[in-house]
Amino acid sequence: MKSTFYKKDKQLVFEMEEEIDEYSVQNIKRRMDNEIQRYMPKEVIFDFSNVSFMDSAGIGLVIGRYKLIDMIGGELRVANVSSQIQKIFEMSGLLRLIPIECKNKKEVQYD
Amino acid sequence: MTKAFDNEMKIEFLSKSQNEAFARIAVAAFIAQLDPTIEEIADIKTAVSEAVTNSIIHGYEGKVGIVKLVCKIVQNEVFIEISDTGKGIENIEVAKQPLFTTKSNLERSGMGFTIMESFMDNVEVESVLGLGTKIIMSKKIKTNSSQEITQEMDISEDNSKELINSGVRGEE
Repeated sequence: MKSTFYKKDKQLVFEMEEEIDEYSVQNIKRRMDNEIQRYMPKEVIFDFSNVSFMDSAGIGLVIGRYKLIDMIGGELRVANVSSQIQKIFEMSGLLRLIPIECKNKKEVQYD
Repeated sequence: MTKAFDNEMKIEFLSKSQNEAFARIAVAAFIAQLDPTIEEIADIKTAVSEAVTNSIIHGYEGKVGIVKLVCKIVQNEVFIEISDTGKGIENIEVAKQPLFTTKSNLERSGMGFTIMESFMDNVEVESVLGLGTKIIMSKKIKTNSSQEITQEMDISEDNSKELINSGVRGEE
């Protein structure tokens, strides 16, 4: 996972690349929380472009970070989610809380 | 009635969460012989990951135990059985409810069974308190015109992992 902080916009971008499951989440979580607390960003973006797999552990990961970011007055956006992962986010009801953008709108209609 | 395809595999592994990835990739590689679509593979991988996570986190609660995985192919249907000898589920109906979790403090979403049920055709849970839990799930791999797409992509052993990892994007 790569993270970049854009000072001007106080924007923190995480480029996730791992398969997200119970195991990987433990490590990702800690790193993300450290970065968020260090930069106190106004906006946090989780870029899912390179995430090939996610199970329900990803829901917990996003909810947990959302709470922390909300507490420090920031906003969270999840971007470039594959249609498979989008299905999981849809089931969780998370879309009502957090903007989650799909990679390619056409793929959503495919289902 | 003759069966077009029958095959079976079994694996056993320790209840370590590192093995979640191993379990779902092993199943994905095994069912590749049915020429599933990328989406069908992803659905099954996710369901396997949820069931194995349940055994490790809830069944054994961090203690070391053995998770058993059996995968069978009967015609174009995949049957997956994942079992543990952990603490068992007190109330299966309640555990299946979306958002129900006994470990909300650990950022569990309580969506495991909901995901298994929506990604597979059928999910059965057998559990006895103190003795363990067994999840049996099945999914039919569709053999229709959509198969042509996967055939074109030639899922050989070398590139199957890459294809699986590329998700549904591969259908472009």
